Amino acid sequence: MTTTTPSKAAAAADYLDQRTGIGVVVKNFARKVFPDHWSFLLGEIALYSFVVLLITGFFLTMFFVPSMGLTTYHGPVTAMDGQLMSDAFASTLRLSFEVRGGLLMRQIHHWAALLFMAAIVTHMLRVFFTGAFRKPRELNWIVGCVLMILGLAAGFTGYSLPDDVLSGNGLRITDGVVKSIPIIGSYMSYFIFGGEFPGEHIIPRLFSMHVMVVPALILSFVAIHLLFVVLHKHTQYPGGGRTDKNVVGFPLFPVYVAKAGGFFFIVFGVLALMGATMAINNVWNYGPYDPSPVSAGAQPDWYMLFLEGSLRLMPGQAEVVIGGFTLSLNILIPAVVIPGLLFTFLFVYPFVEARVTRDDREHHVLDRPRNVPVRTGLGVAFLTAFIILAVAGSNDLIATHFHMSLNSITWALRVLLFVGPVITFWITKRICLSLQRKDRELVLHGHETGKIVRFANGEYIEVHRPLTEQERWLRVNFDAHKPLVIEPAEDSRGVRRKGYKQDVRWQKLSRFFYEDRVEPVRPSELHTAHGHDELESESSPAELHS
Amino acid sequence: MSELKTNSSDVTTTSEDRFTDPGIPAHKERMGDTDPAAAKRAERQSSALFTISIIGTIVALVVYFAIRPGDSVASVRTANFALGISIAFALLGIGLGAIHWAKALMSDHEIAEERHVLKSSDEDRTGALEALEAGVKDSNIGRRTVLKGSVVTALGLFPLTIAVPLVSSVGNDWNVSKFRHTLWEKGKRLTTDPAGRPVKASELTVGSVVHIIPEVSDEERKSGEWITEKAKAVVLLVRLDPKDLKESEERKSWSYDGIVAYSKICTHVGCPVALYEQQTHHLLCPCHQSTFDVANGAKVVFGPAKRPLPQLPITVDDEGYLVAQSDFTEPIGPSYWERLK
Repeated sequence: MTTTTPSKAAAAADYLDQRTGIGVVVKNFARKVFPDHWSFLLGEIALYSFVVLLITGFFLTMFFVPSMGLTTYHGPVTAMDGQLMSDAFASTLRLSFEVRGGLLMRQIHHWAALLFMAAIVTHMLRVFFTGAFRKPRELNWIVGCVLMILGLAAGFTGYSLPDDVLSGNGLRITDGVVKSIPIIGSYMSYFIFGGEFPGEHIIPRLFSMHVMVVPALILSFVAIHLLFVVLHKHTQYPGGGRTDKNVVGFPLFPVYVAKAGGFFFIVFGVLALMGATMAINNVWNYGPYDPSPVSAGAQPDWYMLFLEGSLRLMPGQAEVVIGGFTLSLNILIPAVVIPGLLFTFLFVYPFVEARVTRDDREHHVLDRPRNVPVRTGLGVAFLTAFIILAVAGSNDLIATHFHMSLNSITWALRVLLFVGPVITFWITKRICLSLQRKDRELVLHGHETGKIVRFANGEYIEVHRPLTEQERWLRVNFDAHKPLVIEPAEDSRGVRRKGYKQDVRWQKLSRFFYEDRVEPVRPSELHTAHGHDELESESSPAELHS
Repeated sequence: MSELKTNSSDVTTTSEDRFTDPGIPAHKERMGDTDPAAAKRAERQSSALFTISIIGTIVALVVYFAIRPGDSVASVRTANFALGISIAFALLGIGLGAIHWAKALMSDHEIAEERHVLKSSDEDRTGALEALEAGVKDSNIGRRTVLKGSVVTALGLFPLTIAVPLVSSVGNDWNVSKFRHTLWEKGKRLTTDPAGRPVKASELTVGSVVHIIPEVSDEERKSGEWITEKAKAVVLLVRLDPKDLKESEERKSWSYDGIVAYSKICTHVGCPVALYEQQTHHLLCPCHQSTFDVANGAKVVFGPAKRPLPQLPITVDDEGYLVAQSDFTEPIGPSYWERLK
């Protein structure tokens, strides 16, 4: 047995290689090196929850009936026995209560969708704050942004499928938002609903988007995303021996086959645990969609909260009538302009930063967030705006839970949406600069040891222990970028240069980024520091002790 | 800040004046690397985890066949819990086992791999350009402008054969003027939602609120179109103390003895406005908290809506039942571009 197995494997490998030439691929990939860090797992969680979504989603399609045809329900949910409802809702009840394991699959599917979006967002935060979007990965950042939007689309189309009261009201809001689009709004609404809201077409339409178009797009973009990761090789955190010219870590086979493969089962396992123990979207409590009832305290899935909050915060006065035509700025601004601005920021940021840094080198070593204070500040400001909007999407729950006035909460959040990001930007930038100064301090003077030494002349000093080479390298190995220097407005002959004004604008933006900066310590400085105060040097404590 | 900057600019920033990379940190031995007993222990732990997974799978299958959910929501919950937990064990056992194996037993010596610049070599780039140029030359596209024009036009036009039928059918009849009309008409009785019982003015006490739909036959209510009509026609009926009611001159005749009827569809984005507060006569939309004053023409007092809720003119018929005087006099629900046209 033991002697035949390898030869069988070798024969199989030979058969395959003669027909595919896979040998080259295996040779190049088996020992491909990936760096290790917990934050690199965030993207993996997104990928694995997507796989879980495909598995459980396939299960659900076997039993779900995407139709708005009416049927009379008879089944275990006694409260709804004999009620007229859509096939979609009735089949959701059936696959939850009469298909064994169906409820579990539905709950895992919904939790996986929430985790998918959460993992995408946190993965994007990691990439943003560590500057992993810099050259050569700008295009992959764009692919990632598209994936995030596709994730929103998948969530939105899936959420509405059970045709329950909550999701139906979500569609009703969508209809209201679509109708607010100038000129073509009413026609867009007909385009989506196949006539008037809700009509009889929307569920089958959402279904084909949800099970075919959106997943196919996500799969293709995931493929591009991963292809880029292989092409670029993974980024790595700064540290000894890690440079822009190498990648330090462990080989794909066997370490990451075991670790990443195992991690898939952990993600799936945790989702199974959630599906087993935490009920989600109990549509039988809401009932089938009916345009009349709505329950208070209804919330969309978390990733839609920011849009909901944006709609809630906008004062109604913004709706105007121009020449007899209604322009619903009270809906357009929160539902189209604000998300548009947020997404635009994400899409263009890598290019803006590269421009103000005048940086066209390849970067494979990640930034420590403190070393790029303005980027970190902008990221936190963005996050602040997103969180304030999401909180606004729950303003009614905050009001009822904390017994506060809904109106004052709404007003406070309206103000905070503008003030909050500015404040958090400023605080974050200051914290980053302080951390950088702390780094300098550490490199120049070493760790405090708590040992106090008294000299013969009565002077007291504290002994400092210098940093190890690795500790120091982590704190000095970065570039403190300077604002752009531009060519003068006129050349030597006094002729005005084209594009000067534009350069000045970029320079201003560049100053905003890099005016305040803390330079890394240089060996000469360290030398001077030691010269000034010899007692802090390495040899001093020993001498003093003796 | 500025002090730090002057500091650094004093220093000559030559490329030599930088610290050197200390290289990859020394490898730290794990317990299993030095102690064979520890390695053996880790191996046993990993296999124990895989065994837990095997047990989990078996239990899941047993649970699937053994626990048959009955006819109640609670029994389905129990079956769901038992099945989910055993599947979770089956999965987590594999995951934790594999990772423990990788972390404790596989080599953890870091390897450095060279990166290569992504851009192709100059040779390849020239080669690519030459290939493209040769191709363009072979196709002769530069000279044959008619050919070029016709192929572009053909490719550009073809998608219309799919897009036109799709777009023209997908919006049904594209008759957007349907937004303007609801089932309400002169003499149509107001009935309760969902029972469909006609409402007499005399049975409403001051402060009472009734959710209203137009009177329709049972067959109509079982048809597929009903939900769309209902989505436009739902009304909230409120009886106020006539003293509290502020009415404009032209709408004085639209109410009946302190009873007013307003469209239940929010003028913001169309949620049903269903939360009525008796003390203040305020009607709150639970979706985005637009607040309307029922005592004062359902005008907006707070929130993202701009316009008041449309009012349904009502009166009573010979038998004392509440009826509509006409359809709404303006389109109900969210605003749209040609709403006032």
